[in-house]
Amino acid sequence: MSGIRLLVGTRKGAFILTSDGKRQKWNITGPHFGGWEMYHLKGSPIDPNRIYASQTSGWFGQIIQRSDDGGKTWFQPGTPPGQEAKTPEGFPMGESNKFTYDTEPPDGKPLTTHQWYDGTQHPWEFKRVWHLEPSLTEPDTVYAGVEDAALFKSTDGGTTWHELAGLRGHGSGPQWTPGAGGMGLHTILLDRTNPNRIYIAISAAGAFRTDDGGKTWTPINRGLRSLHIPDPVAEVGHCVHRIAMHPSRPDTLYMQKHWDVLRTDNTGGQWTEVSGNLPSDFGFPIEVHAHEPETVYVVPITSDSLHYPPEGKLRVYRSRTGGNEWEPLTKGLPQENCYANILRDAMSSDSLDPCGIYFGTTGGQVYGSANSGDSWSAIVHDLPAVLSVEAQTLP
Amino acid sequence: MIRVIIPYHLKTLARISGEVQLEVPPPVTLFAVLDALEAHYPMLRGTVRDHTTGRRRDFIRFYACEQDFSNEPPDTPLPHKIATGEEPFLIIGAIAGG
Repeated sequence: MSGIRLLVGTRKGAFILTSDGKRQKWNITGPHFGGWEMYHLKGSPIDPNRIYASQTSGWFGQIIQRSDDGGKTWFQPGTPPGQEAKTPEGFPMGESNKFTYDTEPPDGKPLTTHQWYDGTQHPWEFKRVWHLEPSLTEPDTVYAGVEDAALFKSTDGGTTWHELAGLRGHGSGPQWTPGAGGMGLHTILLDRTNPNRIYIAISAAGAFRTDDGGKTWTPINRGLRSLHIPDPVAEVGHCVHRIAMHPSRPDTLYMQKHWDVLRTDNTGGQWTEVSGNLPSDFGFPIEVHAHEPETVYVVPITSDSLHYPPEGKLRVYRSRTGGNEWEPLTKGLPQENCYANILRDAMSSDSLDPCGIYFGTTGGQVYGSANSGDSWSAIVHDLPAVLSVEAQTLP
Repeated sequence: MIRVIIPYHLKTLARISGEVQLEVPPPVTLFAVLDALEAHYPMLRGTVRDHTTGRRRDFIRFYACEQDFSNEPPDTPLPHKIATGEEPFLIIGAIAGG
């Protein structure tokens, strides 16, 4: 029987939640890396026991961890599992933690500055990995979205990383500006039908697409309208919170922006607002049903100033029409006194039938639905603030 | 033998407990100790000082014999009692309030 594994990253460690295909009883392990901020964990689609994790700290910087046994044991790539911590001769020397911005892109121009809060140019400074996206075809290949915004790639299982510098090398790079939460590259979407196509999104620069494996990039922000920037329809500068895609329809994307929920059906060439009857179109995560490409989930948040659900009622909204027509999903969710937030990487779906939907809150709850959102229950109540949730469907 | 005390989270990363003991050939300077630490525990590279610039991370401090060496140049000699192992070299994580 199939099983589900949820990889949960929190402010104070990682937790792994497992269940059989019924998704009623859950086993919880953790904290893994207790005390560390675990921004994101994600497993390889073709080798689910290969899991990459971003471990970070304001004190000690960035660590990349990897498990090859489904999260039972972990090691820093380059330091083999079970190995004595002391270095035998010839070991890679901690390169798995090293994210160095490329200063010599193909065009020869140094990629050294972006726009700072005061309008001046500011050097790019690596802070942390926000998101890890394993390759769809090769377990040793994984992408990392980082703050300050850049895309890195490893082809040796996370042992070494190199930047796909064409993204920052896009002519708009010096116009990118961090939002209040930093300038992070938080979304990486890989296209199953076209290995050279990648979509990414950056707060607060916007969304970009490459069709040549990351060498060159195109801003895909036409149709976005953001009142917090001088030109509301500028090519870049939009605070995209999250993009989602159904694997069977890689030309269609759904976006939760700072405000507004949108969709595109032509690979980002034009976006159309589909907020419809949502009580608020501010929010962070957006997710697509595993089997229904037109079924989409969001969690409305009151506003950019009030990062909690409207009226203290935690409601997931589902559209079965690809947007515009939304229904509240409340069964099993608190309908009073809920003032937690749901962050952009903290919602995920499994691929069982019926589809399971999961999300975590900054209040430390992880909620799950085994029936496409019709009803919910708390899998766990009192974790540290949840930063990310990834569901793995196990054979 | 040089004795080094590192923060809890770095001990867990390095999978050790207690003090670190390192062979450091003279002269025993600030960076000579850090170089030896990272050579023995490569998983700590980048956690105490920046990979590329070698600059101390903002919330890390270096103490030795009740002196603050955090802002001293890399080739600063450490006190004799550090070099002889009589006193430990301390790598400290800054206190977080709240």
